[in-house]
Amino acid sequence: MNVSFSKRLVAGFAATAVGVSITACGGGSDKTANTDFDDTVTVGILHSLSGTMAISESTLVDTEKMAIEEINAAGGVEVDGKKYKIDYIVEDGASDWPTFAEKSKKLIDQDSVPVVFGGWTSASRKAMLPVYESKNAFLYYPIQYEGQECSNNIFYTGATPNQQSEPATKFMFEKSPAAGKPFFLVGSDYVFPRTSNTITKEQVKALGGKVVGEDYLPLGNTEVAPIIAKIKKALPDGGVIINTLNGDQNVAFFKQIQDAGLTPENGYYVMSYSIAEEEISTIGPEFLEGHYGAWNYMMSIDTPASKKFAKDFKAKYGDDRQVADPQESAYNMVYLWKAAVEKANSFDDDKVREALIGIEFDAPQGPVKVMPNHHLSQTVRIGKITKDGQFEILEETNGPVAPQAWNQFEPSSKGYACDWTDANKGEKYKL
Amino acid sequence: MQLLLESLFNGVAIGSVLLVAALGLAIVFGLMGVINLAHGELIMLGAYTTYVVQLIFKLPALQPVYNAYVLVAIPLAFIVSGVVGILLERTVIRRLYGNPLETLLATWGVSLILQQFVRSVPLAYAAGLVLALVLGFSLPIILPDKLLEGPRARLVRAGSWLVSALAGVLLAGGLASQISRIARATSRNVDVTAPKWMRGGIELSGMTFPVPRLVIIVITILAVLGITWFLNRSVWGMRIRAVTQNRSMSDCLGISTDTVDVLTFGIGSGLAGIAGVAVSLLGSVGPNVGTSYIVGCFMVVVLGGVGNLFGTVLASFAIGVLTDLIGAGRLLSIWPSMPAPLASVVDFFATTSMAQVMVFALIVVFLQFRPAGLFPQRGRMVEA
Repeated sequence: MNVSFSKRLVAGFAATAVGVSITACGGGSDKTANTDFDDTVTVGILHSLSGTMAISESTLVDTEKMAIEEINAAGGVEVDGKKYKIDYIVEDGASDWPTFAEKSKKLIDQDSVPVVFGGWTSASRKAMLPVYESKNAFLYYPIQYEGQECSNNIFYTGATPNQQSEPATKFMFEKSPAAGKPFFLVGSDYVFPRTSNTITKEQVKALGGKVVGEDYLPLGNTEVAPIIAKIKKALPDGGVIINTLNGDQNVAFFKQIQDAGLTPENGYYVMSYSIAEEEISTIGPEFLEGHYGAWNYMMSIDTPASKKFAKDFKAKYGDDRQVADPQESAYNMVYLWKAAVEKANSFDDDKVREALIGIEFDAPQGPVKVMPNHHLSQTVRIGKITKDGQFEILEETNGPVAPQAWNQFEPSSKGYACDWTDANKGEKYKL
Repeated sequence: MQLLLESLFNGVAIGSVLLVAALGLAIVFGLMGVINLAHGELIMLGAYTTYVVQLIFKLPALQPVYNAYVLVAIPLAFIVSGVVGILLERTVIRRLYGNPLETLLATWGVSLILQQFVRSVPLAYAAGLVLALVLGFSLPIILPDKLLEGPRARLVRAGSWLVSALAGVLLAGGLASQISRIARATSRNVDVTAPKWMRGGIELSGMTFPVPRLVIIVITILAVLGITWFLNRSVWGMRIRAVTQNRSMSDCLGISTDTVDVLTFGIGSGLAGIAGVAVSLLGSVGPNVGTSYIVGCFMVVVLGGVGNLFGTVLASFAIGVLTDLIGAGRLLSIWPSMPAPLASVVDFFATTSMAQVMVFALIVVFLQFRPAGLFPQRGRMVEA
């Protein structure tokens, strides 16, 4: 009795929410009124459009919409000889992790979308994971993250640590101007920086280097003075600073290390894992010039595919906009889903999931391929930040690097891998 | 010696940020007893004002005097935050005096509204709206009384609002057409780039003093001196203190307590605006910039003793020095031969997160023994 009442209440609320979202976004009709389609398929987009993370996540929504419109303009998705136009429902995760789970449920149960593109923070992904696993639905997650996860119901198109931080650490230790010097690790206090830094510490040890200190800034705190004092004490003669700070904390950090004299001219080189072109323009290139970054995609990649991606995005959203790695990942995942659906010739989750593995795509960064562990093989690039806010690409891996869901430097996951094509292996098996 | 000096400077630098942010709250919460959770958002508005002023100074016509933009930003931020504060007091808080819980919830709601406001409304239009409000409220005060009396009074009032609205629209339109960056709403953080003379550091006997920190310390000192003078020496300051100490008696003696409330709240909010100018030098400006300061602000005011400015000053420097001592692991460098067990404890707390935990814990312990803070208020009001 009680249960059914609360259920109805929830349904009532949800219906109101749907009504609101429809009036708010007006659905996802695109202007090229193409009448050649036989049917429509509606996908879900779930990112934060309000709250702290809106700054970053709204760019992903823009890119995903662009990919969908491109696909529609090229004839949509073809399944069983029928042409489907892709429509989308955008939901707001509101930078609140339980909301991500709730909206996922709504998209799966009420809107019956075949796929959800969504998430940014690891916390939001961890909140959504049980929903997708219990409903056997499929989430596409586009952000570089700390790894140590391999779900059958999530497809990760961002880099794993061995596709970003490991090559970056190696570069800083061997080839940067501070080669051989000690490391200091700075990050925001949550799961990604802590895991990433554990891996870096192990790796630096294996390379024969030294990590002389680490510190974490609580999320939301921008008082970096004590950290700067510690860096000065730990690295009196310069060295490498590995930075995994989040969002606005980077602005405070870079502005203040420059004021404190921790600059490339004085021998302090910062390698950041969360600073892409978008962040560079927010922080100001004058504070970042000479520091480093590592990504799969950089706007300065000199290939026609990369230039076209940047040009199309600017044409659609304004000349002052940038494209960066997370957006490229988001763009790729829409295309990869389309390719998988067409290969499976069905929208059915299980069939698409099976078809997805092995799919190759000519992404703006170069060729990428879906591996059996639901991650993507990608090229890794190390860049130095220039005066005009772009990366000067200094090093590029020789072709795509295979993803490791379970890190091989982290002691707890060393020797494990993930393979969803083999029923005996699955999420975590011993190599 | 150098270590001590560096530690002291760092402590003062951290403390002065806390102090400048908390100063407005010390007035609003301390003197009026209003728990204003939207205080952080008033700081944010000040920071956004700085951003807009900076962009205006980047226009070709004003380029030569770009370096002086801070001097314009400080009074403007004071006015913008002050006017929003007054509006808040008139519309929301005034109706809730004496209901702390309701005030807390209402101001929290206001803080959420303000956060989403700067995300959803282009800054150019927000600037126009603020100008219209400022003019609309101040015109009736500026205009000669003769005009505001008699049969045409209503017409004049309506006319003055019309003029204000027109000025607001003109400013919004002008800004939007001249500066494309604020013509569109954006939820992303923006950056206030300090002019050259306010960047970098000053080298002095092997130590580096970051210039932005020095500027903030100066702003803080000036703000504290200014507000102390105002409260202790000016007529309105004395009225404010009188109302704080005994509202009904002040009322009997002919002080308009209503006006005093507005003025106090306005000044407290304006100080938050000045804090916004200061914090924009350190990090980026975004809708959430206020939330990162609000807890610290309340902490400082409570620790210092509600209603005591000097306590607020002392508390913020105490917290600043403590944060630096613990967080930067200075205790170990001051006393290197510390016994091993103690050293490992000190080392454990020598990270920024743990230092914050430690500082909060120390404050809780301190408040157990002195629940009213460093300088408890005495006098009639407390006894009554």
